[in-house]
Amino acid sequence: MTTTFADPTISRPSSFDALNKHERALLAPVFKWGRGVYLTIGGLGAIVAFGIYAYFVQLRDGLSVTGMRDTVSWGIYITDFVFFIGISHVGALLSSILRLTGAGWRHPITRMAEAITFAALLMGALMPIIDLGRPERVLNLILHGRLQSPILWDILSITTYLAGSTIFLLLPLIPDMALLRDKFTDAPTWRRWIYKIFSFGWRGTPEQHVRLERSMNAMAVLILPIAVMVHTVVSWIFAMTLRPGWNSTIFGPYFVAGALASGAASVVLAMVVFRRMYHLENFITLQHFKNMAALVLTLDLVYIYFNLAEYVTVAYKMEAGERAVLGDLFSGKYAGMFWITQFLGLIVPALLLVLPRFKPMTWLNRIRFLRPIPLAAAAAVSLAVSFAPTYIQSWIGYDLASLAFVFRLGAALLAGLAAVSLVPRLQAQPVTSFVIASGLIVVQAWVKRYLIVVPTLEHPLLPAGNTALTGTLYFPTWVEWAISAGAMAGFLLIYFLLSRMFPIVSVWETAHDKKVDEPIGASAHALKQPATASSPEV
Amino acid sequence: MSGAKFNRREFLKLAGIGAAAVMAPKAEAAITTVARPLLAAGPHPGDSGGGNQRWLMVIDLARCDGCAACTRACSAMHMVPPGQEWIKVYDMQHEGLADSYFFPRPCMHCDNPPCVNVCPVDATYKRADGTVLMDQDRCIGCRFCLAACPYAARYFNWAEPPHTEQELSYTYSVEMNMPHRKGVVEKCIWCPGLTSQGLLPACVSGCPMGAIYFGDENEDAVTNSLGETHRLSTLLVEGAAERHLAELGTEPRVWYLPPRTQSAKTREQTTASVPAHQG
Repeated sequence: MTTTFADPTISRPSSFDALNKHERALLAPVFKWGRGVYLTIGGLGAIVAFGIYAYFVQLRDGLSVTGMRDTVSWGIYITDFVFFIGISHVGALLSSILRLTGAGWRHPITRMAEAITFAALLMGALMPIIDLGRPERVLNLILHGRLQSPILWDILSITTYLAGSTIFLLLPLIPDMALLRDKFTDAPTWRRWIYKIFSFGWRGTPEQHVRLERSMNAMAVLILPIAVMVHTVVSWIFAMTLRPGWNSTIFGPYFVAGALASGAASVVLAMVVFRRMYHLENFITLQHFKNMAALVLTLDLVYIYFNLAEYVTVAYKMEAGERAVLGDLFSGKYAGMFWITQFLGLIVPALLLVLPRFKPMTWLNRIRFLRPIPLAAAAAVSLAVSFAPTYIQSWIGYDLASLAFVFRLGAALLAGLAAVSLVPRLQAQPVTSFVIASGLIVVQAWVKRYLIVVPTLEHPLLPAGNTALTGTLYFPTWVEWAISAGAMAGFLLIYFLLSRMFPIVSVWETAHDKKVDEPIGASAHALKQPATASSPEV
Repeated sequence: MSGAKFNRREFLKLAGIGAAAVMAPKAEAAITTVARPLLAAGPHPGDSGGGNQRWLMVIDLARCDGCAACTRACSAMHMVPPGQEWIKVYDMQHEGLADSYFFPRPCMHCDNPPCVNVCPVDATYKRADGTVLMDQDRCIGCRFCLAACPYAARYFNWAEPPHTEQELSYTYSVEMNMPHRKGVVEKCIWCPGLTSQGLLPACVSGCPMGAIYFGDENEDAVTNSLGETHRLSTLLVEGAAERHLAELGTEPRVWYLPPRTQSAKTREQTTASVPAHQG
C-alpha cells in the first residue's frame, strides 16, 4: 500500500474537475490525499505500533506486566471495552431512531455516526481479547462456548451488532460508491476495486432505489433492539455477579443511557472536526449542532437520572458491602474522581448545552470582578498554595496543611466564577459551548466506566490473595496505557481512513436536501430521484 | 380434498409434513451434534468422573488456632504457585464488640457456583461428586470467575509460575492440576487424587487441631485428622453449623461450626487482621 501512497497522481486527480459543485465539496477529501493524510496515518500508526509492541510484552511476560492482580482482576482494558461499545451506540441512535422518526436533518451526519459505530465496535471487540490470559485459546469460546455465560451473550450480540452496523454503513454507501466507481477513474487500482465491489452493481434505477430504501428501513428497525441488547448484556457482565456496586437491576438501562449520551457527544466532536478539516460548513450548519445539542442534552439528563436512581437507592440503605464501595466513591479515595466526573462530566455539560438557548446574559459582563483570566489565575495560585511544600510553610512560619482544604475549596470557587464569567461568550458561540460539553461527556464516559469497574473489585466480600486491602490496589501500568492509547489511535485511524475512502457526508442523500448544480456527464444517474420512491424520507 | 384430486398447494403441504416427519430424528440429531458443545461439558483431561459420594467439609472454628498448617500442607501437596493460598486462614474481625476469630477458607465448592455459571468455556465445572474442578487446558483466562466468586477462592497465574522438576513430571489432569501454567485460573479442588484413594484432602490431614472434617453427604459421616468420625447430620445440628455468606444463595458445601471457644492466645501467630464481610 505504501507504494500506492507514493504515487504522485493521487494528489491531483484530473477526474476531480469533472465533478459538479456539490460532489466537489464533499468528495475533495476522497480525491485529494495530500501530505497531511500520510502524516496523520503515520502519527496514529506510530501510536498503534507502540500499543502492539506493548501487547507483545504482555504476551511474553503474562498479564503480570499490568497493574491487575487477584483482587482487582479487571482494569482499563475492560474500561476501554465498555467505553468503545458505549460510543458505538451512536450509529443506531442516529441512523435508526432519527430515520424512524423522520428527522430529515440527520442526512449530513448519519454516515459520520455509522463510521464511529463501525470503528468503535472493532476496537471494543478487541479489548476483551487483549485482556485474556490465554488469547490463543479464544476459539474455545466457539468450540466449548456455554450459552449460560454472559460472555457468550456478549459475543453473540456484539458480532450481530457489528454485522448489522456494517450493513447499515454499507447500504447508504452504495450510491456513493457507484459515484466514485464511475467518476474517480484515475484512482489507484486497489481503491477502484473497493469502489467497484461495494457499489454492488448499482446503476441508480428506480427499482434499485426502492430496494435500497426498503433495506434501509428494515435495517433501521432491526438494529434498534440489537443495539439496546448489546449494551445491556455488556452491563450484565457486571450485574450478573453478587458483587456490591454491580449487583443491580438497573444496570442494563443505566449503561444504555450512558452509552447513547457518550455516543451522541462523540458525534458532535466528529462534526466539528470534519466541518473544519473538510470545509463542510455548508452541510453541517448551526442548526445541526443545535439539534444534536438537544439530543445530547436529553440523553445527558436521562443518564443523570439513572445515576440518581442507582446511587441514591443504594446509599440510603447503606448495606454493609455497598457501604464500603460507596464510601470510596463518595468520600474515600475515589471521591475527587467521582464528584468531578458527576459535576464536570454530567451537570456542567447540561448547562453548556442549554445556556446558548437562553437570552444572552450580558449583564454578567457588567460585574467588575467577573473577569476570566484574573479569576483563573487566582484559582491556580490558591491551588498551588494548598500543595505548598513544607519548607515554604516553615519559611512563612505557618502550617498551611490545616488550611489546604480551605485553599482547595477557594480554588474551586474561583474556577467556578471564572467559568461563570465566560457564560456570555459561550452563549455567543453556541458551537464552542456544545463542543466543550460533548468533550466533557466523552471523557466522563471513560472515567465513569473506570469508577464502575475498579472500586467494586477493590471490595470483595472476602479479601483475596495476599493483598492487604489498603492503599492503591490497582493502577494501570505503562503497558495498559500504551495498549489503551493504541486502541484509541486505532479507532481514530480507522475513522480517518474511512473518511478518506468515501465521502463522510452522504453525497446522494444530501443532494436531495438542497438545490445543487445540475450533474455533469453521463454517470450522473446516481443522483436521479427514484420515480417510485415509497417514502418521502430518503 | 376429494379422492386423488390433489392440487399443488395440498400436495406441497402433505409433502412438507411428510418430509418433516422423516427428517425430524435426523434434524434432532443434527441439532444435538451442533448444540452439544454449546450446552454440555466436553471431556476434561484426567477426569475420572468421581465416585458416587457427595463430598462436603465441616470446619470447627472453635478448634482452629490459626497456625495455617492447612495452607502449608495444601501448598506442598499441589505445589501451589507463590502468592496463592488455596485454603487461606483469615483473622476475621466482625464489627463492634465481638472478638476476632480464625477462619480457614477453602473453595466452598458451591452447589450453585457463581464461577461455573459465568465461565464461558466450561473450564470450571461442577462434578456429580460435589466438587468444582478447573480445567487448565480449557481456561482462556478471562477471569470472570475471579470477579464472580464471593469467597475470593480463585487465583490467576499472572506470570509463568516457577517450576520444579517434580511438578513438571506430572501429566496434566484436572484431578491433580499440575503442572501449573501462565494465564489460567487456579483454586482448591478438594484433592480428588487423594479422595479417590480413600484418603483425606491434604489440608484436612494436615490440620494438627483436627479442626477440618471431610466426608460424604450420602454416607452422613465426616472425619478429621485425629481420626474422629462424626455423624454429619448430628454434628451440623448440635454444632449450630452455618455456611459463610449463605444469604447469597451460592449453597456452599463447606459448613462452619461457630468459634465459641476459640482461644485468643495463639492469635499472634497470624498475619494482620482483616474485617469480615467487606474490605
